[in-house]
Formats: sequence, C-alpha cells, structure tokens
Amino acid sequence: MSFIIRGRVWTYGDNINTDIISPGQYMSLPVEKQAVHAMEAIDPSFSEKVQPGDILVAGHNFGSGSSRETAQMVLKHHRIGAIVAYSFARIFYRNSINVGLPVVEMADTSVISEGDELEINLLEGKIINHTKGTEYKGTKLPEHLIEMVKLGGLEPYLAKKLGIS
Amino acid sequence: MGMTMSEKILAKASGQANVKAGDIVWVKVDIAMMHDLLGPWLVDGGFQRLGGKLFDKEKVVVVSDHCTPPATVQQADILKFTRDWSRDQELPYYYEFEGPCHQVIVEHGHVRPGRLILGTDSHTCMAGGLGAFATGIGSTEMIGVLLTGETWLKVPETIKVVWDGRLPHGVYAKDMVLKTIKDLGHAGATYQTIEFSGSAISELSMDERLVLSNMAVEAGAKTGLIEPDHKVAEYLRSKGVTEEIDMISSDEDAAYSRVLYYNASELEPQVACPHEVDNVHPVSSVEGKAVDQVYLGSCTNGRISDLRIAAQILKGKKISKNIRCLVVPASQHIWMQANKEGILDILTEAGCIVNMPSCGACGGFTSGVIGAGEVVMSSSNRNFRGRMGSPKGEVYLGSPAAVAATAIEGKITDPRKYLPKEVMV
Repeated sequence: MSFIIRGRVWTYGDNINTDIISPGQYMSLPVEKQAVHAMEAIDPSFSEKVQPGDILVAGHNFGSGSSRETAQMVLKHHRIGAIVAYSFARIFYRNSINVGLPVVEMADTSVISEGDELEINLLEGKIINHTKGTEYKGTKLPEHLIEMVKLGGLEPYLAKKLGIS
Repeated sequence: MGMTMSEKILAKASGQANVKAGDIVWVKVDIAMMHDLLGPWLVDGGFQRLGGKLFDKEKVVVVSDHCTPPATVQQADILKFTRDWSRDQELPYYYEFEGPCHQVIVEHGHVRPGRLILGTDSHTCMAGGLGAFATGIGSTEMIGVLLTGETWLKVPETIKVVWDGRLPHGVYAKDMVLKTIKDLGHAGATYQTIEFSGSAISELSMDERLVLSNMAVEAGAKTGLIEPDHKVAEYLRSKGVTEEIDMISSDEDAAYSRVLYYNASELEPQVACPHEVDNVHPVSSVEGKAVDQVYLGSCTNGRISDLRIAAQILKGKKISKNIRCLVVPASQHIWMQANKEGILDILTEAGCIVNMPSCGACGGFTSGVIGAGEVVMSSSNRNFRGRMGSPKGEVYLGSPAAVAATAIEGKITDPRKYLPKEVMV
C-alpha cells in the first residue's frame, strides 16, 4: 500500500453498508462477477463508471453490517484508491487495513464534491483537494498498524512474523 | 478502578493482570469460528502460503450454514470446499446442515463464559449472551488467527444498558433490543461493548438473552455481553459441559462510557422499518402495512421459545391467503424439539412452510429471497436494502409474536391482539 494516494472523487451518503457494497445473493460468485453488482442498490452505474485510483467519499458509518471481506474484494477489484468517510464501521475498517485498502476518517466530508481531485497522505492524515485548492485534516494511521501497512497488509506482516519469505 | 467484563476477559486473554479501555493488546483466541461463505474457500490461499498449519485444531470450529442446502452450483462448490478442507485439516468440530453457526456453537458447548471467540461473521457477538467476549473478524484476519492463535484487539469501552421492571405480555427481548438500537443509533456503540443488565435481563431465558447479544452489532458494537448466572451454568451442564464455569462479572466500580436506563414495563412491541435497523417505531405506527412474506427464524429468533409463541398464536388459525409464511428453526436440535412438541404440525396446518435450519433467506442466500416491490415481515436481525433479495424489496423486523400475528392478517399486526392474558408468556 502506498502512503500517498491521488484520485478523482465519487461521493456517497451515510450508512453505505456491506449489503450495498457486496450483496449477499452474489457472494458465492467469482470476484469479477460479484464486482459488477457492487453498490448497485444505490448506484447502478458504479461498476461502469469507476476508474482505477478513484476515491470514494462518504458520510457516517461506512461499511456497516457484515464482516464479509467480499466488500473489500470488490472495491479492490475496481482498484478503488481509498475511502474517505466521516466514520467507518469497526469490522470494515479493520478488514480494509488488513487487505491494504486505504481508509481515512475526516470530520466533515460534505466539503468535498464529486469529481474533485484529492491527494491523501496516510501517514500524516493530510488530504489536499487540488480542485478546490484546500487542505483537510484526516485521521492518521494508528501507530501500531504502520508497520503492517508499510509491508502491504496482514498477510505480508504475518509472513515476516512467522519468518516465511 | 475496577474492570468491566470486557476488560477482564481481554486481560486474561492477553496474560495481564489489568487492562483498560483504549489499550491495544495481543490476545490468545479460545475459539476461532468460520462458516462456509466467509471461511475456508477465502482463507485457504493465504493460509497455505504461510505454512498451512493450524495453531490448535481443537480450537477451530467450522459450520456450513450459508450455502445449505446449496441453491446454486457455486454454493455447492463452496460447501464441498469447506467440507473437504475441514476433513483434510482433521478438524474435530465441523458441522453442516445443523443450523446457523451462532446457534450451533452455543448448543455444542463451544461458547462459555470468559472465553474469547472470534468468527468470520458479524453476528459472532451472539456468544456474549453467555458471557463470552465474541466478535466478528474478516477472512484475512482469520488467516492470522488460524496460524498463530493470536491477534490484536483494542480494549473497548462499555455502554451499560439497564433494563429493570417486568416485560408486559406480548413484549419480548426483540422489542427491548430494537428499542435500545433505536436510542443508541446504528453506529452509536461502534468500537464499544454493550453490557445488558438489570432485573428484566436476569428474568430472560437463555433463548431471549441471545436475541440481545445477537443484535448488539446492529448498534455498531464490538460485542454484547450479559453477566452469566445460574441459568447459563445449568444450560451448559445440560449440554454436557463438565469443566468449571468462569462466572465472570463486571466490578462494582468499573468505568462505563455511558449508562442507559429503561423500565421494561413501559415497553410496547417495536418494529424496525426499512432500510436501517435503528429506524424503529412502535408497532401501532406501522400496523396495517401489507406484506407478501413473513419469515420466522434465523439465529436471532428461530429458537424453541420463539416457535412456541408462534404456535400459540397460529394454533387453529390460517395464515392470510395473500402471503407465504416461511419458518426456519435455528438448529436441527430445535427442529426436533418443535416436532416433538407438535409445533411443526400446528404451524404447517396454519399454512406455514417449514424449511431446514440454515441462514436461508435472512441474508438473501437461499430458500425464500424476495423480488422487486415485495415486502417481508421478519424475525431476523437486519433489514438493509437488498438484504433478503431484490434491492427494490422492503424488510421489516419484529418479534416472533409480531411475525406470527402478521402472518394471520397479511399485514403488520400488533401481536397482543392474538395473545389473550391467560396464555401470556
């Protein structure tokens, strides 16, 4: 995972839950087929319009509900660069860090508009809006997770811990 | 300063005398639970790349419940993978076709007070109803747990939710938890434990306590805990547990982030309306809403006491001609008990369909998903858009009694109408 992410914004509201991101009825399909249905309940054109590196910006409680990592899998399949939200549900936040999907909390995401170009520094918790020429403060990565993120997620971190190359 | 139940369990799991909310601790896991849909088929790649050796097979429990019985070839493939993997790993505890994992691990004695239980499902928190610290994790995190038996956790703060008084007739634990979630909000307990206590909680049966802990995550909580008492001890003994039981409790001077007080005697039946679990209203405000299907079951409310209540209401009656009523007992054990008591006959004669114990339509997986424009009244735990099938469908949540009464009228109905005082439970 890179510590600097730059991409174009798609905005969403509050409570984007895991049934919206990864509907249960498609979870047994291969990830590329699941990914077609990502977010379709609220944004049917999602899978066609998003481009690699795009950033999702949302309100409260992003990723609430299930522990399904298929939510991260479909977003990673679309090569979403990062998610910025006012707050995240606990398991979603943890899973995202474990699989190397950058997530940043920020006090008021409503100041960011669809189409804005953002640059996020995960270590400093700094978010630059190049379109608006402004800068916001986001949360920094928790101290104890920096090494895991530097290595690229939980699996490489475990490999190092277990002495497996 | 004393410790909460969460702090005590995580102190023990991390080998320390004291921990406090906010501490990051490395903990040893007592039970690692996976189900078919978020288990071996997603975990195996990373698990094998990192050596493929389980930390302790006695502590790994796998339950196939989401893809049972398989509705598609893909589900059948996942089920087969799960079964084969569990056999290849020589797991002593693999269950399939027995019911939803949360109920199965309780019934088989894996859940005990004071244990730390991590599972690849958000409703793993249900085990907190017996006083275990139990929470959901993702599949990647499970890889680490399977290999090392450890992970890191942040010790959560605790919100204490006190329910005193006596529940009126026709009002149940489901109504208590919906009211609590309404007040906390669907993210109001994020990163925190909800500890349920008070005289109304002590009065609840094991079946009913599990409803509260099951739905703690619907307020965003990490787990939902209830202090174990003689009912928990008797339940575990009845399941063949002979070891000493850790009757853990929070200290009198433990620190809580927030305390909510309720008088159970003032509670009415509650309904969670689409499309969020905190969109809760008294049943009176949604009465008359026409439904296409009712769903009585799930790990939340498919236990024997739930089926008994539904049978009381439906005995000698017929469900509305306009709807389907699906009954899904929460385990094979419950199915057999209901059969013995004549409950399945009563429900079937009323026009219900009894399905096999599984996660079924609750999560939109098998047997009874809904189409566009269809409305469901369900005793399950989540009503998100698209949860039970079409994103253009609607899901309402209520108690088993409210679900059964709704089945009779074909529209959302106050269950008290069908529960005369003399059969109150």
